[in-house]
Amino acid sequence: MLSSYIPVLVMVAGATIVALALIGLSALLGPRRPSASKDSAYECGVTPIGSARERFPVKFYLTAMLFIVFDIETIFLYPWAVNYKASGGLMFFNLVEMLVFVAILLVGYIYVWKRGGLEWG
Amino acid sequence: MTDLLNSPVWRDLFVNSADQIPWYAEFVRSLLRFVIALAGGLGSVPILVWLERRLLGFWQGRLGPNRVGPFGLLQPLADALKLMMKEDITPTNVDKTLYYLAPAIALVPVICSLTVLPWNSSSDWGAVAPHLNVGILFLLAVASIEVYGVILAGWSSNNKYSLLGGLRASSQVISYELGMGLSIIAVLLMTGTLAMQELVHSQTIVTNVPIPDSNYSVWTQSVSAGFWNWNIFKLFPFGLVAAVVYMISMIAETNRAPFDLPEAETELVAGFHTEYTSFKFAMFFMGEYANMMIVSAICVTLFLGGYTAPWGILGQLPASWTFFPSSVLNFVNHVVIAPAWLFIKLYTLISFFILVRASQPRLRYDMLMHFGWKVLLPTALANVVLVATSMALQQLFGAVGHFIAVGIAGCLATIVLWVAYLHWKARKSGDEASRLPIRRESVVRAIAARMPVED
Repeated sequence: MLSSYIPVLVMVAGATIVALALIGLSALLGPRRPSASKDSAYECGVTPIGSARERFPVKFYLTAMLFIVFDIETIFLYPWAVNYKASGGLMFFNLVEMLVFVAILLVGYIYVWKRGGLEWG
Repeated sequence: MTDLLNSPVWRDLFVNSADQIPWYAEFVRSLLRFVIALAGGLGSVPILVWLERRLLGFWQGRLGPNRVGPFGLLQPLADALKLMMKEDITPTNVDKTLYYLAPAIALVPVICSLTVLPWNSSSDWGAVAPHLNVGILFLLAVASIEVYGVILAGWSSNNKYSLLGGLRASSQVISYELGMGLSIIAVLLMTGTLAMQELVHSQTIVTNVPIPDSNYSVWTQSVSAGFWNWNIFKLFPFGLVAAVVYMISMIAETNRAPFDLPEAETELVAGFHTEYTSFKFAMFFMGEYANMMIVSAICVTLFLGGYTAPWGILGQLPASWTFFPSSVLNFVNHVVIAPAWLFIKLYTLISFFILVRASQPRLRYDMLMHFGWKVLLPTALANVVLVATSMALQQLFGAVGHFIAVGIAGCLATIVLWVAYLHWKARKSGDEASRLPIRRESVVRAIAARMPVED
C-alpha cells in the first residue's frame, strides 16, 4: 500500500534536483559583466522611483480569502462525489444532503455578490 | 537469453507486479518511469514551442521560424542554448533567496503533476505512479503549489511591474481553479473513482489479456468501444458543459491568451518574470509550456478517453495476427499505439488552443475576474448538482430521469439568462437616462457661456 507512494517520492526528489541543477547551470554558464544600470530594476528604462514594496489594492486579498472559502467547499464535495455512484439505495438521500450543503453555500455566495465582493473596477 | 529473462532480478525489475516485489525494485522502476515521463514532458516543450510559432505564423499569414534545421525544427533548441549562454543578471535590490528559488518553485510542481498521468493501460508501467489511488486529488494539490512560484517571483523582484504581474497571475489562477475543481467533480460523479487509470477505463470497454509466463494481466481496449463512451458525451449535455468549463479554466490557469493578463506586454512589460534573465527565465517559460501540455493531457484523460482510441479497432493490432508472438503484439499495443493516441489527442487539443490564441483579443482584467466568479463558478456548481440529480432520477425512473434533469437544467438556464438580460437592459437604459442628457446639457451650457466643458 505504502509502496505506491515511492514513485511520488522519486518524482518530487527528481524534479527538485532537475530544477536546482538548472538554476546552478544558469549561474555557472554565461558571462558576468555587472554594471550599476544593468543591475537596477527594469521599469521601461526609466530610473525606478522608490521601492516596489508599496501598498496594493485590497481586492487581491479579498479574492484570496473568497478562494479559500470556495476551495474548501470544493474539497468537501470530493469524497461525496467519489462515493455517490456506489451509494445504491441511499443515492437520493445523498443528493438531498448535498443540496442542503450547496444551498448554505449559495447563501454565502449571494451575500458576497450583493455586498460587491466580486466587483472589480 | 531465456536465462536472463527468467532470472529473479530481471523479473523483479520488469515482469512481476508491484505487490510482489521488494521496495528497492519498485524504487528502480520508479526511477525508470520518472525518466520516461521527464523525457515525454519536458522533451515535448521544444516541439510545442515550434508548433505554436509555426501555427501562429500560418494563421497570421507569415512564415514563422524556418531557418534553423528542417522547417525550423531546431529553432527552440537553438533558443534554449542561447538562453543558457546568456548573462545571469541578479538585480541589486531583489530578495536574493526567494528570487533564486522562485523559478524552481514554479517548475517543480509542473514536473510533479506528471506523476499520475497515465500513458498506457499497463498496471505497472502505465504512469509514474500507476498505483496511486488518490490520482486526481494529488494533481490538484500539486497544481495549486504552482502559484507560489509566480507570486514569489513577482514579489522578490522588487519591481512594480513584476509585483502587479504576480498579483494578477495569482488571483487569476486561484479564481479559475474553482471552476476547474468543480468541473472535475462532475467527472468523479459519473465515474466514482479518483485513480487516473480507472478514470480512463471507465471511458471504454476493457478486456483482460493475461500475460503469458506471468501471473498478471493487462487491460486492452475492446473493439466495440469508442468515442461514444467518453466522459464528454456522458449524460449529455452535462459532460460537455463540464468539459467546456474545464477547458476555459485551463486556458486561464496557464495564463494563455485570451487570459494572458499577467503577461500583458502592453501594460506590464513581461509581468512577474520581468527581472529574470538567462536560464531562470527559461525555467518559467519551460514550466509554462510543460504546464500547458499537462493540463491538456489531463483534459484528454478526464473527458476524451485518455490513451484509448476513438474507435476500438484502431486501439490495437488485430489479435488475428498470430504470426507475431502475443508478447510482441502486447508490446506494440502498449508502447506504441496507446501513447500515440494520447499524443494525437493532446496535440489536436493544443492546436485548438493555439487557434484560440491566434483569433481572440485579450480580456480586460475586471471582465476576466467577473467571468471566473460570476459565470464559470455558478455554471460549474449547477452542473455538479444537475449531474447528481440526473443520476438520482435515473435510479428512480430509469432513462426518463435524465430527461427530467435536462428539463430542469433548461428551465434554470432560461431563468438565469432572462434575469441577466433584464439586468443588462435596465443598466443600459439607466445609463442613457441618467448620464447622456446631463452631459449634453452641460455641453450646451458650456458653449453658451463660452466656458470649458467641466465633466
